[in-house]
Amino acid sequence: MTGDAISHAVLPGIVIGFFVSGSQRGLEVIIGAGLLGILATLIINWLKNKAKVQLDASIGITFTLLFAIGIILINMLAYKVDLDQECVLYGEIAYLPIDLWITNAGFSMGPRIMYLAVLNLVLVIGFIILLYKELTLTSFDENFGLVIGLPAGAINLALMSMVSYTTVSSFEAVGAILVVALLVVPPATAFLWTKKLTSLIKLTCALGIFISIAGYYMAYLVDSSIAGMMVAVGGVIFLGSALYKSIKPNSLFGTSTPSKPLEI
Amino acid sequence: MSDFVYFFTFQDASIAYVVIGITLLGIGSAYVGTYSFLDKKALLGDAISHAVLPGICLGFMLAGEKNPLYIVTGAFLSGALATFLTSWLKSKTRLSDDAIIASILSIFFGFGIVLLTVIQKSGNPEMAGLNQFIFGNAIAILEEDLYIYGGLAILIIITLSVLRKEFSMLVFNADFGTSIGYPMGAIRMIFNVLMILAVVIGIQAIGVVLMAALLIAPGAAARFWTDKLSKLLLIAGAFSAVSGILGTYVSFVIPQMPTGPWVVVFLSLFAFASFLFAPKKGVLSRFIARKYYLKKTHQDHLLKAIFHGLEKGQSTFPIEEIYESFPYKKKETKQTIDDLVKSDLLINNQGLINFSAKGKSEAKRIVRLHRLWELYLNEYMNIAPDHVHDSAEKLEHILTPELEALLENRLNYPKLDPHQETIPRDNDEL
Repeated sequence: MTGDAISHAVLPGIVIGFFVSGSQRGLEVIIGAGLLGILATLIINWLKNKAKVQLDASIGITFTLLFAIGIILINMLAYKVDLDQECVLYGEIAYLPIDLWITNAGFSMGPRIMYLAVLNLVLVIGFIILLYKELTLTSFDENFGLVIGLPAGAINLALMSMVSYTTVSSFEAVGAILVVALLVVPPATAFLWTKKLTSLIKLTCALGIFISIAGYYMAYLVDSSIAGMMVAVGGVIFLGSALYKSIKPNSLFGTSTPSKPLEI
Repeated sequence: MSDFVYFFTFQDASIAYVVIGITLLGIGSAYVGTYSFLDKKALLGDAISHAVLPGICLGFMLAGEKNPLYIVTGAFLSGALATFLTSWLKSKTRLSDDAIIASILSIFFGFGIVLLTVIQKSGNPEMAGLNQFIFGNAIAILEEDLYIYGGLAILIIITLSVLRKEFSMLVFNADFGTSIGYPMGAIRMIFNVLMILAVVIGIQAIGVVLMAALLIAPGAAARFWTDKLSKLLLIAGAFSAVSGILGTYVSFVIPQMPTGPWVVVFLSLFAFASFLFAPKKGVLSRFIARKYYLKKTHQDHLLKAIFHGLEKGQSTFPIEEIYESFPYKKKETKQTIDDLVKSDLLINNQGLINFSAKGKSEAKRIVRLHRLWELYLNEYMNIAPDHVHDSAEKLEHILTPELEALLENRLNYPKLDPHQETIPRDNDEL
């Protein structure tokens, strides 16, 4: 649920960033969202550890409050900021090609968002390759990681920062709520089909690409929200996989010995 | 100010409707939410509240207008489908709970957004009202809406009150219910239906995105004030109703403002205030209680240290020597001695510390409790004499006079503890 919580919680940061920088282009937006993402994680931890609120309730209260503040800020600053509720909800990929990055010499470099997405992709891939071993260890057995001296807290915080950053950079395209689907649905689907971490990552990427293209095409056919359709396609694949697996539980991809337990 | 008077005197019948509606809705969702909070399934409410969106859109498409009956039915059906899928996925796959909830939530919401944009492009003039379901607009509650939403809210409240015993069993110990022959599966189903209904009635006023807060926050906040279920429900209902009315007031005064976010902000204020300031369980009162306890234990230890010296035959206690027996705590020890002198337990005679009569009897009491407890552990629990000290070191600060009398009685007013040290009494020579 952390992805869900963070994607809702960064909203006030994005709005304040918009307001400070006066445009959607600013670095302030990303800084604001990053700060709010970290703040949300801190509030959740504080509620859980210091105030002894149970975990699900701490998450629920924190992200609904921050999201509500974000919506209120949008309404208060409606005349000063080029941002509306619909954009928050489902973004609009179709408008992005219009938003070109034009150099000082007047030379068009193509859509600006594309560079942001490429930058994000490079950062995420670099992050995973650099910390692959550590991430694997802390996700499977955090206590063991702590025992052998890994800074598990710092690694988790870094992972959360990557989630915040990814959320922010996808925000314009798909909106704050649907980005959760793109974070969770492909790995959840792939998880049904494989028991090996490397195959899981590959399958997740393949699914992500397929969902985007198929979703875009479907949206083009019925003339609807592209982001919404991408998620709907993902949902159909996910539920279809779950149904198939419930009938034939032993079919797996990516592992030659399905009876072995999860290996890394 | 005139707005304030106008709003709260209910001169306008439509405002009265809105306030009645939001109060009923707040209480209903707080009741259901409190149970789901106690069941540790708070996030299921979040999933359901996002998942009703496609149902709302389908209901709208079928009716061709904002007919509350169609919309409520559609929302209910898609909420039910989402709840069913969640438990189906849980039993059929090895995905974790939160992955299932996040997937279902976002898939249904995404599908809802697709339908919403399709409706938008179809150019239906009634469309404008549909956006209100996302962030809520309580001011738009009409008389006919009130009958449906209010009626459902009353239905929820009545069902929960009638079946209180069954639902308490469900959230606290479902296995026990099964073993004494209650149909727990059916009870869980009724509960899920109520939860979906609670979400459905909230969509007009609060909106699908933030409805989860109305289910989670009141229960979580009220939990800090009481340990009794009946009071818990009352307090949660009150928090929810008051925030609902305040949120409605704000969106009445500032017409651009959607109601949902403000209700959530007020509710969260109550929740955070409870977390911080609630007596006994709040962060602040636990902090104060801890400080007080630490101070009390240090006082007890200091009195005990002087008493042990007295037992060994020492008659004068230079203050420096006491400081040394509590290394690295000089400042704290000085403060404690000052406090004890002030409360007339110790006498500070130019740097030489000694007991007052009252202080001596207090020190005896602490040492007595310590040694009685050691003896009790040794005799009744068969714990070796070299293992009883640590437990007694904690219990000596806690044992009440009643327990002391009971221990004395059980152990038949003993003279010696397991380490062959005298158990001091008030009329002893020492």
